[in-house]
Amino acid sequence: MSVYLKLIWAYLKIGLFGFGGGYAMLALIEREVVSPGWISEQMFTDIVAISQMTPGPIGINSATYIGYVVTGSVLGSMVTTLTVMLPSFLLVLYASHYIQRHKDSVVIRGVLSGLRPVVIGLIASAALLLMNRQNFSDNDFSILICVISFLLVYFTKLHPIWIICMAGLSGYLIYYVF
Amino acid sequence: MDDKEKNELKLTEASTTPTKAPEAQTEVADKSVEASGASACSGSIYGSLFWTFLKIGAFTFGGGWAMISIIEREIVDKHRWIRKEEFLDLLAVAQAMPGILAVNISVSIGDRLRGPRGSVVAALGTILPSFLIILAIAMFLTPETIKNNEVLSAIFKGIRPCVVALIIAPVITSARNAKITWRTVWIPILVAGLIYLGANPIWFIVLGGLGGWLWLRRTTRQLKEKGGEQ
Repeated sequence: MSVYLKLIWAYLKIGLFGFGGGYAMLALIEREVVSPGWISEQMFTDIVAISQMTPGPIGINSATYIGYVVTGSVLGSMVTTLTVMLPSFLLVLYASHYIQRHKDSVVIRGVLSGLRPVVIGLIASAALLLMNRQNFSDNDFSILICVISFLLVYFTKLHPIWIICMAGLSGYLIYYVF
Repeated sequence: MDDKEKNELKLTEASTTPTKAPEAQTEVADKSVEASGASACSGSIYGSLFWTFLKIGAFTFGGGWAMISIIEREIVDKHRWIRKEEFLDLLAVAQAMPGILAVNISVSIGDRLRGPRGSVVAALGTILPSFLIILAIAMFLTPETIKNNEVLSAIFKGIRPCVVALIIAPVITSARNAKITWRTVWIPILVAGLIYLGANPIWFIVLGGLGGWLWLRRTTRQLKEKGGEQ
């Protein structure tokens, strides 16, 4: 039982203090799950690699994986996954309701108007940070896929899910078949 | 009072669950009935919300940022559940809060659409695909089988640059929706540049919120003073 409590505590902390989305949280997750000796450094690197090849955020993926590995049961996996979501859930819910209630006040209108340009900058920084060697491992084709995907998502009505599928198919054809 | 009763009636018509909505939820939900319009009346809104976020969750590679393009297409363009201008405010709330961005975004949008119950449905829909996939990997496979799978590696070598494009596109669309002009365009550029160089994003959220509030307070005061003079 105590291992459940320790897992819950670790993932509450990750869920509460994780900030910035995705890989910005990696260091925090590593500290919380590798230091207590639940998993090895090597296994953590493996989980990160798997996260890059499966859908879903790394915070959730690591919770699901480690919850199962440490307790050996599906229940453990569910507990850690739901725990890591809990702080986000309560905080965002509280914030949204507070904003809805006071949306006509000068403070809320001002804060939101100031946040809008910042949020655009945050999304742009995420794009900049992802333009790295790892994501563009093959210069020519990677850039080509990126440019074509952008043109399709920005100028056509094609659904982004189809664009992802097409990019995956071109990866399969370029790097595996040929 | 009369209006409120009407709204409650609309709500029960729209949702298939006949349970009486609690007071707090009605307040949020009646607004979303207006926003969702016709689509809310056809079938179960919760079912459609769950299915939409399940699709979003299944195709979110590379964390919460990559969701934005898909969410925009599904929630704003296709279902018209949320207006464009409002979408950016919901994103702002999701990003200003700590926690897992993908969950924050789905909670914020789910709550706007159908109150707390909507946010549970949206959040669970978002994480279910990745939960099942990771659980299956943990139970039946070793990390090596995934990592060293050449077909998967090839597919993801194609997907990763595409995900970057899916994050660039909403930067431009949201800049247009937020009516960013030459006078304000320095803010996102500065923020993106400094975070890229290693600055902590939380400072920009605090500064942006504070700056926006002080600016609006100043302009409203000036307007009042002008009004007083006339």
